[in-house]
Amino acid sequence: MDQVVPVAESTHRIRFTVNARPEEVVAAPRRTLLQVLRENLGLTGAKEGCGVGTCGACTVLVDGRAVLACLMLAVQAADRTIETVEGIAQGDPPDPLLAAFVRHDALQCGFCTPGQVMALRGLLRRAPGASAEEIRRTIDGNVCRCGTYLRIQAAAAEVAAAAETATDIQKA
Amino acid sequence: MPRIIKQKIEFEGRIEEREVVIEGEDLPVWSETERFAVVGTPVARVDGRERASGAARFTTDQYPPGLLHGAVLRSPHAHARITRMETEKAERAPGVRAVLCAANAPRIPWFSGMSWLFDPELRYVGDEIAAVIAEDPEAARDALDLIEVEYEVLPHILDAEEALRPDAIQVHANGNIVGGAPERYERGDVTKGLAEADATVALTVRTPDALHHSMETHGSVAAWAGDQLTVWDSTQHIFGVRRHLALSLGLSMDKVRVLSAYMGGGFGSKNGAGKYAVIAALAARQTGRPVRLVFTRAEESQAAGKRPRSLQKIRLGAHWDGTLTAIDYWGLSNVGAYRAVPSPLHGPAMELYLCPNVRTETTSVFTHTGPAAAFRAPGYVEGTVALECAIEALADQLGVDPLDVRLRNYAPDDQVLGRPYSGKHLQEAYQLGAKAIGWSRREPTPKKPAENGTKLRGLGMASQLWGGAGSPPAYAEVRLNIDGTAEVRLGTQDIGTGTKTALTQIAAEILTLPVERVRLALGDTDFPYSPLSAGSQTIASCGPAVRMAAEEARRHLIDAAASVLEAAPRDLRLESGQLRVVGVPTLKITIPEITRRMGNFTITGRGFRGANPSGVTVRTWGAQFAEVEVDTETGAVSVIKITACHDVGRVINPMQYASQVQGGVIQGLGFALSEDHATDPESGAVLDLGFDAYAVPRMSSIPEIEALAVNVPDPVVNNLGVKGVGEPPIIPTPAAIANAVANALGVRITELPITPMRVLRALGKTD
Repeated sequence: MDQVVPVAESTHRIRFTVNARPEEVVAAPRRTLLQVLRENLGLTGAKEGCGVGTCGACTVLVDGRAVLACLMLAVQAADRTIETVEGIAQGDPPDPLLAAFVRHDALQCGFCTPGQVMALRGLLRRAPGASAEEIRRTIDGNVCRCGTYLRIQAAAAEVAAAAETATDIQKA
Repeated sequence: MPRIIKQKIEFEGRIEEREVVIEGEDLPVWSETERFAVVGTPVARVDGRERASGAARFTTDQYPPGLLHGAVLRSPHAHARITRMETEKAERAPGVRAVLCAANAPRIPWFSGMSWLFDPELRYVGDEIAAVIAEDPEAARDALDLIEVEYEVLPHILDAEEALRPDAIQVHANGNIVGGAPERYERGDVTKGLAEADATVALTVRTPDALHHSMETHGSVAAWAGDQLTVWDSTQHIFGVRRHLALSLGLSMDKVRVLSAYMGGGFGSKNGAGKYAVIAALAARQTGRPVRLVFTRAEESQAAGKRPRSLQKIRLGAHWDGTLTAIDYWGLSNVGAYRAVPSPLHGPAMELYLCPNVRTETTSVFTHTGPAAAFRAPGYVEGTVALECAIEALADQLGVDPLDVRLRNYAPDDQVLGRPYSGKHLQEAYQLGAKAIGWSRREPTPKKPAENGTKLRGLGMASQLWGGAGSPPAYAEVRLNIDGTAEVRLGTQDIGTGTKTALTQIAAEILTLPVERVRLALGDTDFPYSPLSAGSQTIASCGPAVRMAAEEARRHLIDAAASVLEAAPRDLRLESGQLRVVGVPTLKITIPEITRRMGNFTITGRGFRGANPSGVTVRTWGAQFAEVEVDTETGAVSVIKITACHDVGRVINPMQYASQVQGGVIQGLGFALSEDHATDPESGAVLDLGFDAYAVPRMSSIPEIEALAVNVPDPVVNNLGVKGVGEPPIIPTPAAIANAVANALGVRITELPITPMRVLRALGKTD
């Protein structure tokens, strides 16, 4: 009789788009988007640094805006468009932020880096020529214990400046 | 011809004597004038792309099939004995596969025999009681609540000064002092020196508990295949974890493999095996499935180690010109419930300045609080705050420029061991750093703020002394593939320092290959032995071994080419991946052409780290200068700029050198101004459980940081002339900032962190 027991906790089938691909996962309501991305879909770029929304290591884009995936339930992501660092890395062309990070040595252990990149991608989506002050405010939400902040600022500034130049060229 | 020699190995402020096998003759040291194509250039991190794009898999990213998750029940009491424990309800909870505790786990000694894996006597809030292993992390955590525990709550002691009293509650059977007695050092006659002094200064300094808060928390994933154990571990010491697992589980070493190809920071907190590694391995063996046991951020705040808080008293005596006649130093370090080694707070006072009369006494005491762990230059960060604040206070009192006081007390030789330094370019560091900040702008007394202004600016400086020589044993292997690419393997760790890139540069240089055609693999105990990545020793221990391995492969390449070109090896030159015969331009062959001809035979090389030089002391040196602005209304301290100049021998990668300097300075900034790990003074509970309450520096508080390097190779320290830079840059930062604040305000705050409250109190604006 005890060998087959209905499990009390229900699960839901959730459909969303991840890195331009339609995905479907089955998860309990209390599972977060972060857990589902990492454990159901194998996208381990987004990291758990704290699990409670205080460090930014889990930042992903949901419908183009930077979101802390540890604070979003997987069920809340239903029908949404999700982008992770793996997606922008494999883009055509790959996101210029990644090359800028490597060029400026804007990483050391690399654990916070995907979150930094996604937070900046979210900023630069809506403000391609973001100012130094806007960049600083965005990165304030991403902890880097190795201390790469100045390098991150430089990498982001370079990408923002290139976007400004591109816009100027387009306008000219 | 291998031989065994006794080496005095200096590591994190302590000297140990060890026997080391030296396999042969070392290579001659790279000369100061040697020119390099790749070494010394700012090569981008070879694994930067993997890390930035999320492709790098850290320990916490390992999810082997069938994985189970662990959670740990931790003591709610600072000191208690478990009188009853029932785990049956937890064992029957949905999804639970095992519960490990004292009743069913082997009695594995821990903390150098002071405790056990699951000790029925709990000695700090957070001490491990039991572990639940379940299908998912939520089920594991839910089941923790079902473990029934009854405690006999015992009296606890939290304060270090109280712990020193003869009638104090004893944390351990052998008493409250680490090592049984204070560490004392004396040279000359301090009493006489103080009596001779024209001026004396006395300071009492307090520094806080500080947490490492690496972005990747501590943890392991353990998996068995038959009797073979594989453990992914976020560690600075794969061979240490391997040895500890083998000993704890009663396995022969060849049955254990530890992997840490990518790890998310350690800063000293991951220098050895954690209980989570052993628990995961035991649980994996018991359940027949892989087990993941990883700290939450809250556990990282309780049980991952800390820089222990200090109370320090220092008195300096000097002549009118600032030359020291006496240094009298007393230090107390509160190392929590467990710590194997005392804190070397006295290191800087003992050695940094020329002074004939020095006395130091340092005591490390146990209390019922979280165990201390090494944290980026343990003891020296705290000790430098005391010494460097005192020296600057002395300079102000005498009306002498603080930089001049440093220069007048410059010690040319090691006064403690009575022998020369292998190299000391602290003078250059002072000069370069001072010029870069504009030290000549410093005014001895604070200026009045501008009309209606509330902000005051000030300049301060501090000196850095540390080790970083590295040591044997360390080994490396190089092999060339049939397509002419090279592979380097060694069992070291890259904890974010960029070791992987620097070592790749060395191999690429010797083999004259582009960096892109050299692939370096590390972080696997199947690879040749390397020491732990701590104590600023990795480049200085492993670099020379990589060079030697590459040199041997290079010799084989030359011999092979000589045979093919029918020339004598001594007439061949290897440049830019091509071997040619001197004087015969038509006789040449590329590396891929040779390796293709070799068929399946691969050209290899093996290298080892040679002996350290005897009769000299090897140190790293540095100086940092800070400019701050203090808001006298809010008490907020803003750091405008820090210049940091360090003498760490030859710099292999200047971009990574500057990154290390920035990283160390930023951690020093946090220690100076905002980081304060709080323990409840009544209950001993940890009050800050994450980044919300523990204020690590964020982007908005980062000053301009100018990283300068003396970059003069050490002539003898190892065959590269390199020393480590991991720890030097954090050491002087807190003191330089404290001195700058004192210069700005005209009053000295000697309790860190220098919070707005403490500034306002010092200004008499609040109680």
